[in-house]
Amino acid sequence: MVPDFLIQLRDLISQPWPWWVAGPMIVLIMFILLSFGKEFGMSANLRIMCAADGADDMSDFFKFDWKSQGWNLMVALGAVFGGYLAAHYFSGPESYVHISEKAYNSLQELPYFAERLQSPDSVPLVPDFYSWEALFTWRGLLIICGGGFLVGFGARYAGGCTSGHAISGLSALQFGSLIAVIGFFLGGLAVTYFIIPLIF
Amino acid sequence: MMRSSRYILVGIIFGITLYKAEAVSWFRIYEMFHFQSFHMFGIIASAIVLGVLVVQIIRRTHMHSTDGKEIVIPPKDRSIPRYLIGGFIFGAGWALAGVCPGPMFILMGSGYTVFVVFLLAAMTGTFAYGKLRPKLPH
Repeated sequence: MVPDFLIQLRDLISQPWPWWVAGPMIVLIMFILLSFGKEFGMSANLRIMCAADGADDMSDFFKFDWKSQGWNLMVALGAVFGGYLAAHYFSGPESYVHISEKAYNSLQELPYFAERLQSPDSVPLVPDFYSWEALFTWRGLLIICGGGFLVGFGARYAGGCTSGHAISGLSALQFGSLIAVIGFFLGGLAVTYFIIPLIF
Repeated sequence: MMRSSRYILVGIIFGITLYKAEAVSWFRIYEMFHFQSFHMFGIIASAIVLGVLVVQIIRRTHMHSTDGKEIVIPPKDRSIPRYLIGGFIFGAGWALAGVCPGPMFILMGSGYTVFVVFLLAAMTGTFAYGKLRPKLPH
């Protein structure tokens, strides 16, 4: 028999987490990594993976002691496990994403979503273009391959992503990180207002 | 020696947190860039406020890490074009795909194995940057 408190704990974790739980949790993660003498930054893994795959012979940018960065790959591996656990054991009874009514209404203005979303509680956590089949459509290919390329290119150009700049960098009051976060929003707004309406 | 298990555990907590806070959702990112909910801003803002506090405490108490050295956060260079242009490109990809590097790993584990392709595309992007780096403004 599973003890009652474990079932209660599972139910507690399975609820959707409000922002005021998630924000402090992210800081806890940053703090734990700092206390191990490491810096929180997920996109650094892309550089490590390139170097480990032999890119260090092709460009000086990948000539660094990537073997000492193995800890970060372990964090990434843990994130994969975390995603598995959350989806399989803590998904909770509600499978939809709790977006605002305003967001739902604006999605209805895009034909692609108007066709698929019937009510605010039918918006899935993950859209249907995150699939292998979608890779054979221009939209899925653009989002997965185009989006992936931009994220990988931009994160390294800016020297960090959401975790490295918006969280770690701004917490340490780094001027560069503030500029990077402004850049994130300018780029994100440009795509949201000019590109998203064209592709959906 | 690196003890892998503790880093894997940190990653697991990170994965569950972003998944349960719905930060891995394309729709949440769409909503954020439309300013239609406080949710994502609340996550980022509360993390920054608390993070600033934590970093100040670390600095003022000269806290040491578990390997016995004082914790130092290396300053980033004070350039504008690098952060602004790089950030713009990253933000464009973030809004388009709805994922940044953390959720990329998390969704892969949640069963969306197509993110292996996304990861390869992101590595290609990183590699392209490495190649073009000498020609780009920094």
